[in-house]
Parts: sequence; structure tokens; C-alpha cells
Amino acid sequence: MSAPASQPAAPRGVTGNILTSDTGGATETVAAPFGHALVRAAEKNPRIVGLTADLGKYTDIHVFAEKFPARFFQMGMAEQSLVGCAAGLARTGFVPFATTYCVFATRRAYDFIAIGAALGGANIKIVAGLPGLTTGYGGTHQGIEDLALMCAIPNLTVIDPCDATEIAQATEAIAVHPGPVYMRLLRGQVPVALDAKTYRFEIGQARLLAEGSDVAIISTGLMTGRALEAVRLLQAEGVRASLLHVSTLKPLDRGAIAALIGRVDRVVTAENHVVTGGLASAVADVAVQAGRAIKLRRVGIPDCFCESGSIPYLVRRYRMGAPDIAAAARELLS
Amino acid sequence: MSPTVAPPPSLLRRAHALRLHVLRMAEVVGQGYVGQGLGIADLLAVIYFDELRYDPKRPDWPDRDRFVLSIGHYAIGLYAALAEAGVIPVGELDTYGSDGSRLEMSAPETTPGVEMTGGSLGHGLTQSVGMALGLRLDGRASRVFNLLSDGECQEGSTWEAAMAGAHHRLENLFAFIDCNNQQADGPPSAVMGIEPIHQKWEAFGWHTQRVNGNDISAIAAALREAKAVAGRPHAIVLDTLMGKGVPLFEQREKNHFIRVAPEEWVLARRQLEEAAP
Repeated sequence: MSAPASQPAAPRGVTGNILTSDTGGATETVAAPFGHALVRAAEKNPRIVGLTADLGKYTDIHVFAEKFPARFFQMGMAEQSLVGCAAGLARTGFVPFATTYCVFATRRAYDFIAIGAALGGANIKIVAGLPGLTTGYGGTHQGIEDLALMCAIPNLTVIDPCDATEIAQATEAIAVHPGPVYMRLLRGQVPVALDAKTYRFEIGQARLLAEGSDVAIISTGLMTGRALEAVRLLQAEGVRASLLHVSTLKPLDRGAIAALIGRVDRVVTAENHVVTGGLASAVADVAVQAGRAIKLRRVGIPDCFCESGSIPYLVRRYRMGAPDIAAAARELLS
Repeated sequence: MSPTVAPPPSLLRRAHALRLHVLRMAEVVGQGYVGQGLGIADLLAVIYFDELRYDPKRPDWPDRDRFVLSIGHYAIGLYAALAEAGVIPVGELDTYGSDGSRLEMSAPETTPGVEMTGGSLGHGLTQSVGMALGLRLDGRASRVFNLLSDGECQEGSTWEAAMAGAHHRLENLFAFIDCNNQQADGPPSAVMGIEPIHQKWEAFGWHTQRVNGNDISAIAAALREAKAVAGRPHAIVLDTLMGKGVPLFEQREKNHFIRVAPEEWVLARRQLEEAAP
């Protein structure tokens, strides 16, 4: 029996190994930017210590652990203990960096972040991997609502960096910032979207990466890399877009957002997070507070738990790519 | 095993003074965790007047021993100890639980002498592990004493931290587990059985003892024994009597949160004063 003749099918995407980084086809990447930046910060400050909950090599903190074994504490698969212990270390004058995944830090250890750390302003840094759709492992591993949870906690600084450049700068910035911080982590081979020579991360400062009066894109986290690409796609069609990158969700740079939406009233938000309780909600809040009527399109994860699958499949499935951001902008202009 | 030595009179007097402070505070609010404050007074007398290295004028002295109160609602007992120790003024006890006071019903870390904000149960030991690691990393001789409760052993995080304490061989870490056999909904045996508590701590790798928590000599002896054991954290399980020293409160069936009629305070105070050492 001969096989039926058929067109060769497109290769089927499969869920990758959890250690695999999806670089989105980036031409330039940096390996473990967080781990190496933490080592640089720790060389300057001997009070920096590291902890993880059985995810050392999965969160790039193994780079620190290998360099400073005496300053690294393995806490096992126990996230409440991880965060509580970090708070205790902070109370003895250390600057603990504690790593796990977003889902485990925020869902399992919420009370320990809120009461153990934030209430008293304990100087701990929670650095959490697999934000949003950066893993194909489905609802258990995709941190889709962590920013909403963390932004609701008083005293906490919340950061969603864009790329390798920003992760490196933000790591060094939070190391010298007194007080509790929750930072999302991109780990492994991390794409470079921002120019390390010109970009300067500052806690609480949004950065205008493109100027254009037709439409305003406001983005956070890795979506800024895709938004930069969307700006180029739109430019090719003669559409001039502004792009404001908001890497600190709390404290929010309300002034920069208000100024941009004061100039441009057609607004697209892009976030690697559910579209409620994150950046889109924050922009809407700024607009309402400022009495500014805007038209808003929200690119991000809808109000659902997401499927498992390959990252490219998930990005298409939930309309999270650069073409989706550009399409949202076109919708506003049509 | 009950020790044969009589407790030092000075510690008996301190424990009595703490109980008087507890009654004074409870009378301000007319109700509260007076049973816990009275029940734990003997431990606090040993800790604050026989064991803990601290400077009442410098509550943030880096080389101090840490007393970490997980069970924030035992604040009434801690404030009594802090006042008796000179960390906070005795007169301030009259503001306990009152609006605007820093002596909140559940102890906040902003009050001098309070190492962390307890009350959300299951936090204390996790933070104590971190403090013990930090103090050891700094090469300080300071020790961490955590007071938790039998009910708190139902919180999973307590056991996460117990594992960590043993794994990291924190010999500078001491956990006192107050077994007063009462939690919000009744005795632990009815709410969620946790006995034999001491065997659980032992199984988690802690050097463990179980003593009468209202026997000052027994507590002091247990501490002496614990300090002689290297390479492991130390659990001392204390069987205590809620309301100890005031028969009116000792005999209440549900004494987790006591409501006291105005005329009962006179009787309570008289009962306590009659038992003065």
C-alpha cells in the first residue's frame, strides 16, 4: 500500500523543555543577564545574598551561586519559606535576592510577600521567572495575573523588564534601592531589544522609545520588543506611532502616561499579562483621573487560563505578536 | 522529667510582675488574649530575665538575641515583658489595644522590641530561619528565639521552615511551641489533630524536648540542655495552662479570647495577688 500523496505539512509546534528560551527569532541575545548582573552587584555589595526554591538554574541565579556559594541558600520547594527567610535575612541587614517562578511566588507566597516583606518594608528582591506566555506549560506555570496581584500590595515596587539590556540595568538598580521589589525575569538566552549604549533604566520612569502623533502604543515587559517591531510595521504604512515603555508598574509613571495620552488619544496597550489589573487597567485609570477621553485597544492575555503549546503557537493563539499590536493600531485609525 | 531545683525567686517575681501587667492591659480593653498572656508569662520571664542578650535602650543593637513572636495575639504577654525589661515605659501599657496606641492588639514591628509583625500565623519561623542564617553569616553569636503555638503547627509554612532550619543546621535557632490546647474553634484535637507535636519536630531533625511550660526551672533546664547541642536547631515544646495564676480564667472552658465582666476584674486581681511569690 502506497502512502497517499499530500502537501508537506508545516512542522507541528511542540511544547518545549522548560529550560528552553524562546527568543522570538531575535538576532542578538545575551545569556543569563540577570545572573551576571547580580554577580556584578554582589561584587560591589557584600551584603547581597541569593536564595531559590529549587529553581536555581531555571532562574539564572546559579551564576551567582557558583561565584558566591557561601552567600547562596537553597530553600527547597517551599516558597513561603523562601520569601519568609529572605525577609528574615533582610532584617539582619542583608539584601536578599530570592528567585522562583511568578506563579509560585505570587500565588503560593502572597501573604509572605504582603505581610512578611511589604508591610514592614523589608529590603528583599523577588525575581520571578516564566512571566505570562514565556512557557508552554499551561496554567500551572504561566504567570498571567502576577502583576495585578503584586501591584495591589502597598509598599512594593513592581518591575516587568523588556529584554537583556533592561534586566541587567534593573538588577543593578534594585540592588541599591531600599525596600521590597518584585521583578519579572526573562532567563536563559534573552533577546536584546534596547540599545545598552543609550537606554537607561530608572525605577519609576517610563521611557518614550518612539514619537508619532497618529497612535500611541504603551507597553511593558517583553511586549515592548514586539511593540518596537509594530512601530516599524506601521511606519512602513505611513502610520506614525509613539511608543512608551513602562517597565515599572508600581510606582507607575502616571505623568509620562498622562502626557502621552494628552497628545495622542488613540491608544494601544501591550502586556504579557491578563488585560485586567495590569497595564491596560492602569492606563485607563490615568485617563479617567485626568479626564481625558481616549480610544483604547488592549493587547494581552484575555480573561482565561491559557493552553499549553509552543511559544510561537501561543503568541498567535492569544494575538500577542507584533502584527497583533499593529493590527490593533490600525483598528483605531480606521 | 521534672527538675528538683527550686526556681530562682527573682524569676518567680518577674513572672508575677508580667502577669500583673497582663491583667492591667486586659482591663483597659475589658477582654482579649489574657489567657495567653498569663499562660506564657513563665517562659517570658526566663527569656527576658535569664537568657536573652539585649539592650533595652538600643532595641536595634545588631548583636542582640532576637525574640520573634509569631503569634501576634500574644502581644499582651510581649508588651508586659518589654515594659518589665525597660524597652517601653510601663505607663504605656494602659494604652494597650486603644485607638492610636503603638501597643496594638497584634504586635506590629514598628513598636520597639518587636522583631517582626506576627499574627498571620506561620510566618515567624520562616523569618527566624532567615535571621539565624544572616546572624551566622555575619559571624555574630546572637541567637534567635521564636515563640509559636500548637495551633500554628497546622500551618504548612511552619514545617517548610522547620525543614530549612534543620537542613541549614541552625544551632542558633530555638523554637518554643506553646501547647495551651486552645485555638479559635476549640482544642486542636477537635479542630485538627497535631499531636504528638514533639515527635514531629524530632522527625524534622530538631533537637526536641517537652516540658511543663509553667515550670520556670524546667524551662531553664531545657534551655541549658538545648544550648549544649551543636549542629541542630532546638525545639522546646511547652505544655502551658491558659490563664495560669488566675483560677477564674484557668477554669474557663473557652479561653482563647476571654470576655470579662467589670466586677470580675476585682476578683481576678485578688486571685493573682494572693499567689504573689
